[in-house]
Amino acid sequence: MLRLPLIRAAGLSGCRLGATGLHTTASKLQAPPEQIEVFIDDIPVLVDPGTTVLQAAAKIGVEIPRFCYHERLAVAGNCRMCLVEIEKQIKPVAACAMPVMKGWRVKTNSDLTRKAREGVMEFLLVNHPLDCPICDQGGECDLQDQSMAFGNDRSRFVDINFSGKRAVEDKDVGPLIKTVMTRCIHCTRCIRFASEVAGVDDLGTTGRGSDMQVGTYVEKMFLSELSGNVIDLCPVGALTSKPYAFVARPWETRRTDSIDVLDAVGSNIVVSTRSGEVLRVLPRLNEEINEEWLSDKSRFACDGLKRQRLLTPMMKVDSKLQPVEWEDALVAASRALQQAPATKIAAVTGKLADAEALISLKDLFNKLGSETLATEQPFPKDGAGIDLRSSYIMNNKIAGIEEADVVVLIGTNPRFEAPLVNTRLRKSYLHREQTIALIGPEVDLTYEYEHLGDSAEVISQLKNGTHPFCATLKNAKAPLIILGAEQLGRSDGSKILAETQALAASLGKTVQAPENWKVLNVLHSNASQVAALDLGYGSSLAEIKAQNPQVLFLLGADDADIKREDFPNTFIIYLGSHGDQGACIADVVLPGAAYTEKNASYVNTEGRAQQTGTAVNPPGMARPDWKIIRALSEFIGVRLPYDTIHDVRGRLEQVAPHLVRYGDIEPANYFAQALELAKKTGSFASDPLELKQKTLDEFFMTDVVSRASPTMAKCVQAVIKQRQAQL
Amino acid sequence: MAGVLARCTRIPRRQLGLVGTFLNAQQPKTYSNAPPEGKKVGGNLSDEDRIFTNLYGRHDWRLKGSLQRGDWYKTKEILDKGADWIINEIKVSGLRGRGGAGFPSGMKWSFMNKPSDGRPKYLVVNADEGEPGTCKDREILRHDPHKLVEGCLIAGRAMGACAAYIYIRGEFYNEASNLQVAIAEAYQAGLIGKNSCGSGYDFDIFVQRGAGAYICGEETALIESIEGKQGKPRLKPPFPADVGLFGCPTTVTNVETVAVSPTICRRGGTWFASFGRPRNSGTKLYNISGHVNNPCTVEEEMSVPLKELIEKHAGGVIGGWDNLLGVIPGGSSTPIIPKTVCDEVLMDFDDLVRVQSSFGTAAVIVMNKQTDVIKAIARLISFYKHESCGQCTPCREGINWMYKIMWRFVEGNAEEHEIDMLWEISKQIELHTICALGDGAAWPVQGLIRHFRPEIESRIQKFKCVAAN
Repeated sequence: MLRLPLIRAAGLSGCRLGATGLHTTASKLQAPPEQIEVFIDDIPVLVDPGTTVLQAAAKIGVEIPRFCYHERLAVAGNCRMCLVEIEKQIKPVAACAMPVMKGWRVKTNSDLTRKAREGVMEFLLVNHPLDCPICDQGGECDLQDQSMAFGNDRSRFVDINFSGKRAVEDKDVGPLIKTVMTRCIHCTRCIRFASEVAGVDDLGTTGRGSDMQVGTYVEKMFLSELSGNVIDLCPVGALTSKPYAFVARPWETRRTDSIDVLDAVGSNIVVSTRSGEVLRVLPRLNEEINEEWLSDKSRFACDGLKRQRLLTPMMKVDSKLQPVEWEDALVAASRALQQAPATKIAAVTGKLADAEALISLKDLFNKLGSETLATEQPFPKDGAGIDLRSSYIMNNKIAGIEEADVVVLIGTNPRFEAPLVNTRLRKSYLHREQTIALIGPEVDLTYEYEHLGDSAEVISQLKNGTHPFCATLKNAKAPLIILGAEQLGRSDGSKILAETQALAASLGKTVQAPENWKVLNVLHSNASQVAALDLGYGSSLAEIKAQNPQVLFLLGADDADIKREDFPNTFIIYLGSHGDQGACIADVVLPGAAYTEKNASYVNTEGRAQQTGTAVNPPGMARPDWKIIRALSEFIGVRLPYDTIHDVRGRLEQVAPHLVRYGDIEPANYFAQALELAKKTGSFASDPLELKQKTLDEFFMTDVVSRASPTMAKCVQAVIKQRQAQL
Repeated sequence: MAGVLARCTRIPRRQLGLVGTFLNAQQPKTYSNAPPEGKKVGGNLSDEDRIFTNLYGRHDWRLKGSLQRGDWYKTKEILDKGADWIINEIKVSGLRGRGGAGFPSGMKWSFMNKPSDGRPKYLVVNADEGEPGTCKDREILRHDPHKLVEGCLIAGRAMGACAAYIYIRGEFYNEASNLQVAIAEAYQAGLIGKNSCGSGYDFDIFVQRGAGAYICGEETALIESIEGKQGKPRLKPPFPADVGLFGCPTTVTNVETVAVSPTICRRGGTWFASFGRPRNSGTKLYNISGHVNNPCTVEEEMSVPLKELIEKHAGGVIGGWDNLLGVIPGGSSTPIIPKTVCDEVLMDFDDLVRVQSSFGTAAVIVMNKQTDVIKAIARLISFYKHESCGQCTPCREGINWMYKIMWRFVEGNAEEHEIDMLWEISKQIELHTICALGDGAAWPVQGLIRHFRPEIESRIQKFKCVAAN
């Protein structure tokens, strides 16, 4: 199915044989493509040569029905639903695959077209079971909708009385996807997604004719960090969500637009809820971020929002956490903060903290006279540190990856740290001949890359021109460096950052790319990190440990290496949504809201501010985080000057105006200055670059929500089981 | 299934590139809308005009024997005359593709003869002869393989191809073996390979054996199969002449088309054009099977009357001509024609189109009155159901449905209005699929309903009577 690598193998890098056009000679003869005029239902349209009939029709808003066609996948042309009549041609053409010719008169609603659609619809329904009442796709099923719109109004299928319909055995493809293969209409979208986007060639067809089946051939699970997307792609109920099976009908649910925070990509999502319960998470289209995909963790970890939740404030009584009233908890916390000297209080923020909570906490601590606010994931303070934004965001943006021709990944595994960044890389690798190189442990990125070594020294070698890969880099027109934020937590983090900045600067000199092409990109894995750095969380865990604070405030910090033994005499206040590492060691627990329960701002790795929506109310006595901090400030006696979310955002605007310009990216600059400041050099540590997430089982559980999710636990089990079976 | 299923005649103009305009100017003369001038009927091919002189394997099929029969004679001179001369000769000869679709070969070859963009070009020979009733290519492959090998070289030269891939049906074990021997002999004799025949032209021939799928005879499925993928037809455009085997310009031609080209080049296009009616010129291998006294494969002139063909070469219909029920004239995918039509129809492309059938591969399947024609067609549909690749909906679901209905018709367990429904279903499949297998499955059913509807109706009535009693 995947035809592009074939053309790549034939050494045709020059001619871009796209999935649609594929007419090399024509495109070569007409160097500047001249627009051609076609008529869709007698309406003239001007399109580029190579445009398909379906795209031309879409241009004037005529939608042609389709099952197998998907704009982000290769054209298969096998469902034949999109047949349309072309004037003066006997044969209707498949609109999804046929490039328009000059002067064509396409009739999308003629008798011939309608008859062809009716025929195809009838054929599809011949072997499709009539189990809509028990099918999870009901209500959001393309086959249902299109048979209403384009099908015949009555059936003439009498063979049901003689021989029945085809039945196909269901496949077990893992804990996320439920299969009812009898419903399959063989559109092969799932197959194409798996091989093109996910890069896992697990799905395919076996058998011929009416015995054709979509499956894995040998029984195995379809395990990928993106597998859930085939559920959205499946136009019928053959592939549905296993955790969501028989849970709800689409018309019963309320949909809230929101943002995913389980990685730093900031995928746009829709949260489906019913009576105060999050039922499922679906992706929402955003071309610049997640296109229309969503990673499995973001999609399926939502059942973790119902488990391990902190419902009431708690206090340690008799060295055991006991539920208490809000007032008691807040009094205890405020007393501790009041009594400690300003130099002896510190705060650590976790990966799910929102910008509103971050600013409230910072304001509170600043009012108390402390600046010791750290992010869970350390960021080097030497050099420019967090003063210049260019050194900690993805300056080229996620969509910008597609424009690069050479990409160097340093100490990152984008496949698991940011699956939707990885899909961009794979897309560019497949369609744009992108060269990708990796410094760090060798991992499976779903595409071929050049492994440059796993030592940080390689960065310097690249900079000095002593590495063999420099030849490729030198010729790069639009090089790109993606530095994994995880490496910045190493003892030589500042050196890695400085050397990478220097490498980026040296590459920047030879760039022939579009204007404002930036080379340096930092890929974060924590959703809160960029906002925290923007707001000035500049301390580090090591400093806090050295300071030996009297009071430690954890804002959802569950993944940091904080142990009770390190802080034997410290009063620990934990504010967060889940009972996890942080709450275990706390003296006071303040129950906060999870990302689906608050209207909050997050900044993704590109530096793009977006806001989540309140899909449900926080459970029990839990409250949005900033309100708790605001209440605490009143108990302490240093009342924060904001009462509503708008006031908080007003404050955010004062500190960092871009944080409330939702959807936009404020481009960062001052690369030269950052480089200047970074000149103080140390030396590289001898140990090789290491990654937290190297294999799929390490991907599923990375934060409090996914750790609490039974579905994610099943995924981990499935991956381990499959791996053992293969041994 | 060979090119019966290749709808080359519907290649859009753009695909033809520069030739497109030329073709358009020629079109009124090339196709059946102009009255034929010249010969009105063919037949009685004399022995000296036969191309396949070892059709029955009575002589040596190896290099020595074929040299005696005139193969490889002055091949170098033909090659030296150049691509344009060869293509022109083929055009003059009026040779139409022998795989079934009957697309003019000279024009098809000339699509490849455009400036190279750096990619190599390939000739692919379709020896996946799987059409029920057709058995002409295997005779060439096992008894005259050097005609094919030489043809590959000449056709390859005409197209500027660097290599030929011969995709041979998996069941043809002995044929593949003979062909492989012939290729080895040709390599050893320096006829092909580096500096073929001393002409300075390098040309390789590879044999690829199939695994027995009928669909792999469809040209793009065949290409997929050679590439090692599932044999599923590709969408067109892009046509193989643009993006074919391994992404390179490719022409897929039938064995017979390639095998006759050396003789055409040697004896001249006008010689070949002197046989048959205009636009249907040449000689052709006919396969006559079914209820005849002497089933055979025979080389005969185009436009030979069907009756003459059967009576003269196949020893007549069993039980006499009046015992004839109907004939499938061009392999299983062509519509059946009843006796009344058989009486005067000529065996060529145009005359069979006139009687709503098709020349196909000229595989004549004769059925006399002992045949249960409904069951015969139902059996053919079973074949198509089994061989459908399952890629596109109308073919996958439609043929399966037709199959169910047809077998009920065999018993008569159906309603009369279902005959019309079956007709509509076959129309819903026809022209709506990616490749022409769907058409090939729909046409026999359409032929049956067109000519034998009373038979089906009486069967249904009979079943009802039996059920009522």
